[in-house]
Amino acid sequence: MNQILEYLTVFVLSAFVGVEVISKVPSILHTPLMSGSNAIHGVIVVGSMLVLGYATTTPEIVLGTIAVFLGTLNVVGGFVVTDRMLEMFKARPDDKKPTGKDAAP
Amino acid sequence: MSRGTFLDLCYLVAAITFIVALMGLSSPRHARRGNLVAVGGMTIAIGATYAQPHLRHLGWMVGAMVLGAAIAVPTSRFVKMTAIPQLVAIFNGVGGGAAAAVSITEYLALTRTYVLCPRTTAVGIGCFTFGGVKDVATYKILEVVLGVVIGTVSFSGSAIAFSKLQELMTGRPVTYPAQQLLNAILGVAVVTVAVLLLVTGSLVWLWILLVLALVLGVAFVLPIGGADVPVLISLLNAFTGIAVAASGFTIGSNLLIVAGTLVGASGILLTRMMSSAMGRSLPNILFSAFGSVVTASTSTERDDGRSVRTGSPEDVGVLLAYARKVVIIPGYGLAVAQAQHVVRELVDELHKRGVEAFFAIHPVAGRMPGHMNVLLAEANVPYDELKEMDEANAELSTADVALVVGANDTVNPAAKSAPGSPTYGMPIINADEAANIVFLKRSMRPGFAGIDNDLLYDPKTVLLFGDAKDTLTKLVAAVKAA
Repeated sequence: MNQILEYLTVFVLSAFVGVEVISKVPSILHTPLMSGSNAIHGVIVVGSMLVLGYATTTPEIVLGTIAVFLGTLNVVGGFVVTDRMLEMFKARPDDKKPTGKDAAP
Repeated sequence: MSRGTFLDLCYLVAAITFIVALMGLSSPRHARRGNLVAVGGMTIAIGATYAQPHLRHLGWMVGAMVLGAAIAVPTSRFVKMTAIPQLVAIFNGVGGGAAAAVSITEYLALTRTYVLCPRTTAVGIGCFTFGGVKDVATYKILEVVLGVVIGTVSFSGSAIAFSKLQELMTGRPVTYPAQQLLNAILGVAVVTVAVLLLVTGSLVWLWILLVLALVLGVAFVLPIGGADVPVLISLLNAFTGIAVAASGFTIGSNLLIVAGTLVGASGILLTRMMSSAMGRSLPNILFSAFGSVVTASTSTERDDGRSVRTGSPEDVGVLLAYARKVVIIPGYGLAVAQAQHVVRELVDELHKRGVEAFFAIHPVAGRMPGHMNVLLAEANVPYDELKEMDEANAELSTADVALVVGANDTVNPAAKSAPGSPTYGMPIINADEAANIVFLKRSMRPGFAGIDNDLLYDPKTVLLFGDAKDTLTKLVAAVKAA
């Protein structure tokens, strides 16, 4: 029972951190943030690897392999999609050297 | 330091990067870096897992990962930008499926062995020596139930959301007779089977629970449609986070608990932010197709139930700062508020950031022809930044934002579409063609012509109520801060 209390502590503290870190997000970032956190819960791939790695019976191996496959889709797809979305926030080249029109008074 | 301690430290580092990543993703300046930080953390976590002692079935593991990556990378890289929401939906769904599969697999392992293996540490020997079925502690089964139910609902719900967005099925809410009653019965059934599983620990109930959860996910998502689907995906994303945390409890992984809970908590908050940005409450979005919740606001809602979306100057400031092309459409409200100097400041600020910004002047903007030109000239706006209606209309279809400052009738599409309208036939500035429309208005009162403006209720329209000068001042500050 001590073990579960330790996990509950981690759980409760993480919940507070989760609420705290994104207290104010501009609405154009809502979708990238959703996509980014989608990739982060792709960490389930680590859990999938552990259950597959310590599996012994056939059903466990089959389910474990499916879990690793699904988890990989989640984590890889999640990160690539988020990066694509965020490409539009790259600093524009004009930021450094304004072109003719932008330099006008 | 033992190998187990080192690997646990790696997991701790990964957990920290996820927190840093979420912080980064909340600000436009650091968003991309935040995502890359999370990629780094995830790489460390996966690497550390491969280094765990006594890991078996590496062939299956590597094979499944290579196949997954081989499908995910091209899909996410080459799909059109417009299809991004359904990609997020499907990648979220498979995450929920993975969490459910992990919980089930671990339950199979738990009911098979006498010795519990702490999977995240180096104790690998002696875990698999005993056969037969053993009673599992009730709280352990509860963790499995939560992981399976929430993960599976997220899986099947995301699949339906994907089908709606991909137009494999209708995007509208799907309703059928006694929907609410059937869903309630389904919910009760899930709880009953979960209790039976908790009491008996029998695998049969686990499989029944899995099927019921699949159906529940579908039934939950079917009545939600249209513009509400992105909010729904955000909620399902939070669900998957919670399912991952539950799996973390089951297999005893602090990393999964931290990452899953982070996503679950921030995801629920984000879902609330998204729904309030649409001027709706979350229950209204989730259950409105049942007719059980009615939007409370009256002033911003019309008889036919459509409501307007209000925003904050901070949101709009960021929208403007990261746009490529902004068209400002001034009207009488700008003149009344004497806001020409502030609006000039806003344009200058946008130019500094490399945003293309100019004014679109309707011939009858204000109360007399040329009113706007005079006002803006007074604020030293260069002549080439004032575009006449036809010139501006040619640009609007490629504009990211149409910022309507105190104008109304001159952008009212009724002039084109409603033969009965007093302004029918009047040429207008096609603000409706821009990707986003922002109205700065004093109130919901109609314009000079006294007719309602459909554009205000357009899903891509955001309203900022208040005095144009005040709002513009806030916008300038928000653009500077972005």
